[in-house]
Amino acid sequence: MTGKDIAGIIYSSNYDSCLTESTAVRTMGSVPFGGRYRLVDFMLSGMVNCGISKVGVALGNNYRSLMDHIGTGRPWDLSRKRDGIYLLPPYNFSGVGDYGSKMGVLKGLLDFLNHTQEEYILMTDCNAVCNLDVEKLGAFHEAKGADITLAYAEGALPQLSDVTVLTLDGDSRVTDMEIAPKNADAGAYAVNIMFMKKSLLLRLIFDASAHGQEDFERDVLMKNLQKLGIYGYKIPGFCRVIDSLQGYYDINMELLDKDNRDALFTDERPVFTRVRDDMPTVYGIGSDVKNSLIADGCIIDGVVVNSVLFRGVHVAKGAVVENSILMQETFIGEDAAVNCVITDKDVVIRPKKTISGAENYPVYIGKGKVI
Amino acid sequence: MARKKECIAMLLAGGQGSRLGILTRKVAKPAVPFGGKYRIIDFPLSNCVNSGIDTVGVLTQYQPLELNDYIGNGSSWDLDRVGGGVHVLSPYQQIKGTEWYKGTANAIYQNINFIDRYSPEYVAILSGDHIYKMDYSKMLDYHKANDAACTIAMLEVPWDEASRFGLMFTDDDGRITAFEEKPKVPKTNKASMGVYIFTWSKLRKYLIEDEDNPNSSNDFGKDVIPAMHTAGERLFAYPFDGYWKDVGTIDSLWEANLDMLNPKANLDLSDTSWKIYGNNSVHPPQYIADTAKVENSMICAGCEIGGEVDYSVLFPDVTVEEGAVVKYSIVMPGSVIKRGAVVQYAMLADNVTVESGAKIGESPEQMADLDAWGVAVVGGGVMIGEHASVAPKIMCDNDVAEGEAV
Repeated sequence: MTGKDIAGIIYSSNYDSCLTESTAVRTMGSVPFGGRYRLVDFMLSGMVNCGISKVGVALGNNYRSLMDHIGTGRPWDLSRKRDGIYLLPPYNFSGVGDYGSKMGVLKGLLDFLNHTQEEYILMTDCNAVCNLDVEKLGAFHEAKGADITLAYAEGALPQLSDVTVLTLDGDSRVTDMEIAPKNADAGAYAVNIMFMKKSLLLRLIFDASAHGQEDFERDVLMKNLQKLGIYGYKIPGFCRVIDSLQGYYDINMELLDKDNRDALFTDERPVFTRVRDDMPTVYGIGSDVKNSLIADGCIIDGVVVNSVLFRGVHVAKGAVVENSILMQETFIGEDAAVNCVITDKDVVIRPKKTISGAENYPVYIGKGKVI
Repeated sequence: MARKKECIAMLLAGGQGSRLGILTRKVAKPAVPFGGKYRIIDFPLSNCVNSGIDTVGVLTQYQPLELNDYIGNGSSWDLDRVGGGVHVLSPYQQIKGTEWYKGTANAIYQNINFIDRYSPEYVAILSGDHIYKMDYSKMLDYHKANDAACTIAMLEVPWDEASRFGLMFTDDDGRITAFEEKPKVPKTNKASMGVYIFTWSKLRKYLIEDEDNPNSSNDFGKDVIPAMHTAGERLFAYPFDGYWKDVGTIDSLWEANLDMLNPKANLDLSDTSWKIYGNNSVHPPQYIADTAKVENSMICAGCEIGGEVDYSVLFPDVTVEEGAVVKYSIVMPGSVIKRGAVVQYAMLADNVTVESGAKIGESPEQMADLDAWGVAVVGGGVMIGEHASVAPKIMCDNDVAEGEAV
């Protein structure tokens, strides 16, 4: 199979509640990440990099900023006459309301699914950060003769209320699934990337709907472990699931490690995002930057250490930024100091102000706040 | 027939730019990288869209492949427009035979049909080798207010540089009374910026006459404008006082790049009301390591900096390893400067590799003979071996072996 045989579906807001601070003004898919990206970019890029040319993005709550970000889909080469990007808001047609659960989303997407000619469907969420090689995933699916393939990562379990822990046999077949088990804190956990034939997906949706079942993992996957061949595909390299503000902070900081950057950003499968036509970043006389990831369009006249700066951030003379994540257009005034802080877009820290969190408790400053 | 436009622009982008040497070996001058993430042509194209001109003909002739590719459908500048947008205009076959563009005026003459499609009142003629930000709509207002046949943008240049320019004398109303082309002893410092607005009906007539004149060199500055002047047409000089630079030489290209770092240079790229648009790279953000020391520089996405960078402009995806030094230099996309290498007063084209311990360029203070000093240039894809050196003012277009000095 190639990308031509696959259509993508991305849920943009299933996990909004684990990042309430940042998703107050946006949905998970448009949460800024890694200096110049939004979380949706990673899954969208993974899909187009293997040749998928039809992607539906299910918009749940607060989706205006995600619509702004995706626009016509051109940065991902998804502005097409045939197929391309489909933004799928709720209240799509009569009888479909607010999406609610994943099952609700799928029911709302029946229209989209019915009009899809592609044989396979790749469904993902937006809370995983990885460089997904869909070709490898598809080849695994075919080699195993799987009905459903779930991508997973191994390690400490994300602190999500519905984290799905997989038990696999020697052939990578999923033999057991546990949702948020209380007696385990590490293991193989699903990262909300699922692959199957469209015909099977439709059958499962109709079946679940007829039985009044509302939870895709509990009611559909777990109950079919014996009947269907459900296999687990381990995502190689860097793969993280954002489960909280702390997790968001830590995963951003992990990008300061070259190995992680090299795993996430490859020349073969670049991560595409919307462009802003910023100027290059300007480092002034007396600027002092160490171990930091910095996007274009910044003006840096102060000190920046162990930090991630998004596009258009301005650090004035004498200001000190340490261990912080500063989102787009943040302004740090003269002689101000921030440490272990996450600023949302358009935050202004006035001159001489000092704000400090801790590495295990970063301070979050909401969009547009002036301090 | 396309919809009528009040003013369209024609951008002269066919020149070889031979004085840029190896930098224009494979690309036309307007496609030469500039200012960290731009190409020279981004400036006039962005000026057009920011001035409300949505129809631009780009006249190409020399090495057009990369330029055509870069312009694409014009979407980078919002010039993928219905009933307008950017059009690449190359010389073409005609019944009477095939002709290259013989001169700037002939290039426009050969595209009279293109311009007539839009039946514009006015045509702006622009160059593809100038760095400046200018609102052509204000110049057009000036042109209309003066009922001019031709308006030439004019800049007062320093007197000691005036002899390099085409100069103009004006009366108190701004009307041009005389021209002087690169005089040895200038009597004015009002220089032409090579930016013209013509009333199309007038220009059309003079272009046809110019083409019929076998003695003409078919050049705007040398032939068409003097002919209009002689015929008594109303020619006006539009005063401009912002940043403007012709980047036709290695030295001026190097200087103009470094001008971006000079707040006094009056070219603000951060101004969101007059953005310079271009093709953006898909690289991840730049990473500045613990071992790095970066000051007074412009750096782009995808760069990995472990060494010292001072007073330099780095394009996307440049690597400066720990212990390497880059000073007063322009480093174009994809180049790698390895451990212990020193690059100063130099321009490196794209994908150059400077192996460890190599040395490129020299600071003028270290030169016994200042006449021997100049910017060192390394061509695209060239490999400079370990501990090799490239002297100032050299244009290095071939690999330099380990330990060798050129």
